[in-house]
Amino acid sequence: MKTRLEKFKESYFLYSFKRDKVAIFSFVTLTVFVILALTAPWIAPMNPYDSANIDIMNSELPPVWMEEGTSEFLLGTDNQGRDMLSTMLYGLRTSIIIGVGAVALQGIIGVVVGLLAGYLGGKTDAILMRLADIQFSFPYLMVAIFLSAIFQVVFGLGSFERLAIPLLTIIIGLSNWPMFARTIRASVMGEKNKEYVEAARVIGLPRWTIMFRHILPNSLTSVMVISTIQVANAVMSEAALSFLGLGMPVTKPSLGSLIRAGQEFFFSGSWWITVFPGIWLVIFVLVINLLGDWLRDVFNPKLYKG
Amino acid sequence: MFAFIARRIIQAILVMLVISLVGFSIKDQIGDPVRDLVGERVTPAERAEIAEKMGLNDPFFTQYYRFVKNAVTKGDLGRSFLYNKPNLEVILHHAPATIELVFGTALIIIVISLPLGVYCALRPRTFLSRFTMSFSTLGVSMPVYLTAILLIFLFAIHWQVLPSYGRGDTIDLFGLGWWSTGLLTIDGLRHLILPCVSLSTLMLPLFIRLIRSEMMEVLETEYIKYAWAKGLSPARVWMVHAFKNTLLPVITVFGVQIGIMFAFTLLTELVFQWPGMGFMFLEAVHRADISLLIAYLVVVACLFVVVNTVVDILYGFINPTVRITGTK
Repeated sequence: MKTRLEKFKESYFLYSFKRDKVAIFSFVTLTVFVILALTAPWIAPMNPYDSANIDIMNSELPPVWMEEGTSEFLLGTDNQGRDMLSTMLYGLRTSIIIGVGAVALQGIIGVVVGLLAGYLGGKTDAILMRLADIQFSFPYLMVAIFLSAIFQVVFGLGSFERLAIPLLTIIIGLSNWPMFARTIRASVMGEKNKEYVEAARVIGLPRWTIMFRHILPNSLTSVMVISTIQVANAVMSEAALSFLGLGMPVTKPSLGSLIRAGQEFFFSGSWWITVFPGIWLVIFVLVINLLGDWLRDVFNPKLYKG
Repeated sequence: MFAFIARRIIQAILVMLVISLVGFSIKDQIGDPVRDLVGERVTPAERAEIAEKMGLNDPFFTQYYRFVKNAVTKGDLGRSFLYNKPNLEVILHHAPATIELVFGTALIIIVISLPLGVYCALRPRTFLSRFTMSFSTLGVSMPVYLTAILLIFLFAIHWQVLPSYGRGDTIDLFGLGWWSTGLLTIDGLRHLILPCVSLSTLMLPLFIRLIRSEMMEVLETEYIKYAWAKGLSPARVWMVHAFKNTLLPVITVFGVQIGIMFAFTLLTELVFQWPGMGFMFLEAVHRADISLLIAYLVVVACLFVVVNTVVDILYGFINPTVRITGTK
């Protein structure tokens, strides 16, 4: 019996990974980004959320290689005197937490709805999928904008800003679940008439066991493929919401709110407040997209065109 | 065919009912129509009287019924306290700006993506194709507001060749008072360039890739091989046989993406201070004008439902299998 590690070493997955330079590059970059983000509290030069560390006299300092730059602030400071590098590390951390959390929520809702609709069929299927269709006919960013606008009015600006991370996770999670539900349903429809499912039914296993223990594991590949792209989408949505002023507050900036905050200073010469978080965000989303494209090609070249 | 159309329309009406119900219950829970009407400076007794007169103490569904009836028969979606005008009027006043933005963007997308997509499909190994494809991956990952900011910096501040905000000179069409257009003045057109270009960078990669992959797929089919075997000229095979059949899925996606573009106009309108519906919406959020928010929700939902239904019905005409599989 081979161990899992040995199996993995001989798999087509690893083989095609090793041969694809873009995939390796994206994976390494992504890993570095994630490590930087998760260890931000320890490696960042200062804590940008702590107002005791911030000195307004340091505001709008340029990066170190420009004339007025100091080595204390490698990438310069923003309009409130926060170190750009630290703020970007913390911002990326927020973006990743919200992105991954939102996709997990989308995944859970999508898996439950997709399994129920696909396996039970009939009325359940019709109702659940109609709901998904209705939501799917509206762009998810629009749904997210509406949800956060309404949440902001309901909670009031103060509480919204305090609860911004969990609320944004819920908002982005709710706005994009139909994608998962549809994918899962499609693969469940393909699986449910196979013999192993019939066998499980014949020996009298309960429906829930068949759905979650037998069918679900065989439908997970497609979930994995879309999850990657969905994390990129979720991070982009979070940044867009924050840019609109409907997301993370300026006191706890994510990359989107940093770009928003830097916008007015950009045109008066302090370009680094907008440009650095912008590049940071673009690279992050780009490597996830590249990795997602590669995963899609490896697992299922015909999953969808694009 | 008639049954298919009828079913689609009934479905659309149901969707609108659900959305208006959601919108109305939000308004019912958190809105305060009395404050919207008269402000804070009234005694509680007067407030109660106004509330009674407006029917705010009626059961929920009576009120909902009245909301729908007013919306359908009189086009009345309530009043905005922010603008102190009927909501529909406020929205209509801002709509032309947004529609022009979307129209200009669609034009740019069509003009650029069709030739580039076809070229990439026909000559996949040339430098231009490879460049386009890798650039389009970058384009997908680039937030539209960042592109907009960079464009403003380059064209409006650094080179100072194009204006950076607002709509510029507009002309009042037909003397209606609310329908102003920037398409007929040079200044208005100049103001449109940057917002439209930045909005189009969002969708261009998608369309170039879509057209490319559809075209490549069509080029592999049997009837194209047959056309080659007949000895037709390349131009005829590519343009008449292959290209025409590429267009069908592209048109469908285009219909859907126009809707999605409306969501992204919010971002460009914010950067360019474009006085459209998105800008109005953000203002309504910041000032907590629930009544206007809900009216916007209903109008936008209506727009989407109408577009989706029309696309579906058109598709039913073009492709008969759609309406057959729908019937069961």
